[in-house]
Amino acid sequence: MNAIRRRLGHLTPLIGVIGLLIVWQIAVWFEVVDPVLLPSPADTFIAVWNGMTGGRLWIDFLRTVERTSLSIAYAAAIAIPLGTLLGSSTAVYRSVEFVVDFFRSTPASALFPLFLVIFGVGDNTKIMVAAFGASLVILFNVAYGVMNARKTRLLAAKVMGASKMRVLTDVMLFESMPQTFIGLRNGVSLALVIVIVAEMFIGSVDGLGYSVLDSQMLFEMPDMYAAIFVAGALGYGFNLLFLVIEKRFVHWSGH
Amino acid sequence: MTVEKAATAAAANMAPLPSAAPAAPDARPHITVRGLSKRFGATVVYDKFDLDIPRGRFVSVFGPNGCGKSTLINIIAGLLPADEGEILFDGKTLRQTNFGYVFQNYREALFPWLRSIDNIRYPLKFFNLSKAEQRNRVDRLVEHLGVKIDLNRYPYQLSGGQQQLISIMRSLVIEPEVLFLDEPFSALDYEMTLFMRDQLQAVFLETGTTMVFVSHDLEEAIYLADDVLLLSRGPARIADYVTVRNPRPRTAETLSDSDFVQVKAHCLDVFQRLVRGS
Repeated sequence: MNAIRRRLGHLTPLIGVIGLLIVWQIAVWFEVVDPVLLPSPADTFIAVWNGMTGGRLWIDFLRTVERTSLSIAYAAAIAIPLGTLLGSSTAVYRSVEFVVDFFRSTPASALFPLFLVIFGVGDNTKIMVAAFGASLVILFNVAYGVMNARKTRLLAAKVMGASKMRVLTDVMLFESMPQTFIGLRNGVSLALVIVIVAEMFIGSVDGLGYSVLDSQMLFEMPDMYAAIFVAGALGYGFNLLFLVIEKRFVHWSGH
Repeated sequence: MTVEKAATAAAANMAPLPSAAPAAPDARPHITVRGLSKRFGATVVYDKFDLDIPRGRFVSVFGPNGCGKSTLINIIAGLLPADEGEILFDGKTLRQTNFGYVFQNYREALFPWLRSIDNIRYPLKFFNLSKAEQRNRVDRLVEHLGVKIDLNRYPYQLSGGQQQLISIMRSLVIEPEVLFLDEPFSALDYEMTLFMRDQLQAVFLETGTTMVFVSHDLEEAIYLADDVLLLSRGPARIADYVTVRNPRPRTAETLSDSDFVQVKAHCLDVFQRLVRGS
């Protein structure tokens, strides 16, 4: 009995999905929205299927994955070491906190023109703006993770003879890890948003953002919905990926 | 740099764990504290404080709340800076001395990202030892103490007592001359505390390491100690220095032994006068 209930428990999240599909299908049947604007779930699914198996959508998907992955990789490579260094001294972090918070609060899209001037109208601009936005989110989280490192643990390392550098690499880096992953998850979500927007408006010929806008302009509604759903799935997938890595890697978190 | 150099020098001198019971204590003091002063804001905790701790003895530090028991061992162990004063270990400075420190909060003192065995091995990184020697050291310690914990587990997979035992082993693996323990059992339940007292006593009998033990439990302080250091409050003075003569290993029966009861009554008397006096 319990086993059955447990197995059914795994299916609970599906209720919302099925509910949404039913509401959508009903809306199509009763033509609540103009049928041109809202294709049926089946048509949309076919568009996703065709697009992802040998169609354009698959290529656009890969381009967006590539850009987002690159930007998050750059962001992490810069922000994790820098955040650890800044966070290891509260005084140092306080001195740059305003600048970090200011640019973290600045909509990254407002920086497109600036980055266009610096990096030109290529892929680099999209990747760099996304990396910039994500790096600030990661930096801020890493620095806080380091600043909130358990004092006892730092003392324990020190008392055993660890130098300042060793305390940083042996203790602080690990202590900040749970918070770092929060930063990475938020960072990758932001990077995806920026990449999609950039693909829509900055001289693009591919990517999910381009695909959404292009289908809309051609009035290919099922294709547009398909691109939106794939973008959603991608965002969800990135988040899930980092959660899985975190679970494996930061096994001590929550204990 | 200097720490690592000192550690290397200490490693070279390190003798294997002595297996015999501690020899008769050396007449020379092991730790000498001279003219120690420490204040927190307007509160004077220590003012020109002097103390000698003999070699190879188990010294318990006891006193009223806020008298600076933990502050004392934290200053001696270099966790807190002294405002003034000199602390020497057999004439050497702290940096030249091989010592261990056991924290009250084992949960926050151990590294949860390392397996227990790697936690124990961690301090050996700062000595000039090969990987094989490091492993050897840990194996020898485990065998010596007869520890039956699965050391491949992470600390958070162990019970509180087991975690504190790992923490104690981590401080013993470098074969320290002195071991500081700051209320190591106060976060454990009573059953585990009783068990851990006997574990610590066994370690002391095995290694003969000079131990400085802070406790807020008078019975525990006396049960484990060769000497009980009773401190008065602000600024701290040595109110009494009581020697406990009960033979080791002490057991539950020791607690009802007349000598033990007498020492306890005396310490309690001193303690109550200290509390009332301030």
